[in-house]
Amino acid sequence: MNFTSESSGKRIPCFRVLDDNGYPIAGSIFEQVNKEVAVRMYSGMVTLQIMDTILYETQRQGRISFYLTSTGEEAINLASAAALSPDDVVLPQYREPGVLLWRGFTLQEFANQCFGNKADYGKGRQMPIHYGSQKHNYFTVSSPIATQLPQAAGVAYSLKMDKKDACVVTYMGDGGTSEGDFHAALNFAAVMEVPVIFICRNNGWAISTPITEQFRSDGVVVRGQAYGIRSIRVDGNDALAVYNSVRTARQTAINEQRPILIEALTYRVGHHSTSDDSTKYRAVDEIEHWKTAQNPVSRFRKWVQGNGWWTDEDESEFRSNIRKQLMEAIQLAARKEKPPIANLFTDVYEENPPNLVEQERSLGETIKKHPQDYPSDVPL
Amino acid sequence: MSAILRKIIAPGGIPAWGIRVIASRTYSSSAGGKEMTVRDALNSALDEEMSADPSVLLMGEEVGEYQGAYKVSKGLLDKYGPKRVIDTPITEAGFTGMAVGAAYHGLRPVVEFMTFNFSMQAIDHIINSAAKSNYMSSGQISVPIVFRGPNGAAAGVGAQHSQCYAAWYASCPGLKVLAPYNSEDARGLLKAAIRDPDPVVFLENELLYGESFPISAEALDSSFCLPIGKAKIEREGKDVTIVAFSKMVGYALKAAEILAKEGVSAEVINLRSIRPLDRATINTSVRKTNRLVTVEEGFPQHGVGAEICASIVEESFEYLDAPVERITGADVPMPYAANLERMAVPQVDDIVRAAKRTCYRSVPVAVNA
Repeated sequence: MNFTSESSGKRIPCFRVLDDNGYPIAGSIFEQVNKEVAVRMYSGMVTLQIMDTILYETQRQGRISFYLTSTGEEAINLASAAALSPDDVVLPQYREPGVLLWRGFTLQEFANQCFGNKADYGKGRQMPIHYGSQKHNYFTVSSPIATQLPQAAGVAYSLKMDKKDACVVTYMGDGGTSEGDFHAALNFAAVMEVPVIFICRNNGWAISTPITEQFRSDGVVVRGQAYGIRSIRVDGNDALAVYNSVRTARQTAINEQRPILIEALTYRVGHHSTSDDSTKYRAVDEIEHWKTAQNPVSRFRKWVQGNGWWTDEDESEFRSNIRKQLMEAIQLAARKEKPPIANLFTDVYEENPPNLVEQERSLGETIKKHPQDYPSDVPL
Repeated sequence: MSAILRKIIAPGGIPAWGIRVIASRTYSSSAGGKEMTVRDALNSALDEEMSADPSVLLMGEEVGEYQGAYKVSKGLLDKYGPKRVIDTPITEAGFTGMAVGAAYHGLRPVVEFMTFNFSMQAIDHIINSAAKSNYMSSGQISVPIVFRGPNGAAAGVGAQHSQCYAAWYASCPGLKVLAPYNSEDARGLLKAAIRDPDPVVFLENELLYGESFPISAEALDSSFCLPIGKAKIEREGKDVTIVAFSKMVGYALKAAEILAKEGVSAEVINLRSIRPLDRATINTSVRKTNRLVTVEEGFPQHGVGAEICASIVEESFEYLDAPVERITGADVPMPYAANLERMAVPQVDDIVRAAKRTCYRSVPVAVNA
């Protein structure tokens, strides 16, 4: 009688391409990234960093109500996006705006959503950072944790039925893997044999819950096998490793019509969100260490610069450019009109039901009767 | 002839058939009229819609090989294959989430819950995803999904298998909630639900599955469809309006027969649609009769009757000649013992008494604790 041990003794090894100093590790086999893709990836990572810093401040200043950064996870964001095709459907959690950035969402579009103005694609219906864009194949961010996981399996089923040359990519954090939906999603995806890549950003913290209190397994990667899913653990702060693993995962998912689980190890440098102060539950030097010594952006920069594809001048010029663009986008977004009141009633259903038609009409009459009481900054 | 269909269902598992007596409700059939059970009506509706639109899928526990826990999907696996009739693992959260995702991307899933009691394990996907996505994504994500299955009390299945979810789902904007009564309702409303671009909660009734109702040639046509949001006046009357849905419509009609013998002419309204609620039809009827009794199996607090009462008070207060009477299930989790169960759900007598109270107020009003 042999009980399988609760732990295999050895931790699953982690796939890496670049060492901490940005040099390819001797003997590592990886698909090369050309200058164009590398520079685009790197500049995307820098843009994300700057966007996070400035929009976070904007919330602190009271100009937007909420913000959530992806600081420390720029490599996962941009490198995974770079490895996908525009036809691949993305179901994010909420810490993946870099994927949308890669796909062409502009700084103005990000700002518009955060300010909930008239140009926001979400028509002012959602909190900041709940971006969504049909044309970029990026599903609107939904707050409840991990609900996107079984839904991703469903989208993948739809792709499978259409026999499309595309897959679904869905993201979650370490905390999200504790949700019942994680279990159901992986089980389903395996049984239904659908082309979906589950990318877990294991960043060490779920608000104040460290991974030591989140699970007792060897991280997330070991769970894949329990569902019959091929899995890999990857250094999430190594842009090339992330790029390579997602590329391979994508090919496998589509050619073999099977799900893949990727655990990308990283660290959440920022607070969970603007509603959190993580210094209350973790050491400041821990945060500092990951912010500096383990910074994925500077690590990739070393490699890109090492190839002669980027210089210090490029860096300072690019950074100041993006800062300027973003500040202008924010000014514009803040000044832009709010969405009209008609948006209160539309999209509840495909067609407005009689009770909403009646309520809208009734509201219109009340506004006409008491124009002095109607707020001047809400267009009709 | 009374009908009892008894089932013992393990939660989420396969029902073990207990004593089975054939259920039939004999109407004096109209000359040469056809009859159809609700089960067959649902089956034919699913079959026709799946045939007409290849993006319609059926998924749930036991829907395929087992032919459906209640045999509603009989024959569909053979006809459409395992890619369109999907037997799922036991995870409501899993298959509901998956179906919502599939609907996001252009398929039209029909999700079967073995009973709506189990839908609670998936309720986040129904409310936070299916109901709200079109609004939150400002029209970019539409969810043409149908959630269907038996709702409300069955017979001898206890508290966790007997709750009525009409009020819960109908309170949520973004959802449409339908409750068929007879076979024509079942066919027309299910077809409408499957064709509808919005998420629809389709509340069936287990005890009605085996009941046979007359069905017109028009209703048998594959293009037949009933409008969502319109109630049906099952029986015209002038003294009191009785509003009900699902199984209680049958009870209300029986009550109307009894009342007719005592000189009270009751108008029976079959809601068919809980959300949108056909307030116009109800109010017009009450303005005619001046009295209202609502009937439902669900719990009393915040129930469907409460909403109807509020609607009448808001729009037709001056027309009421008596306070509105609500007949509901008892404010307790459903007991198992047959005698207690009988006391916990409305009976025809309760409806008759309530209608009489609105007409004469001769019987003291029952005190609600």
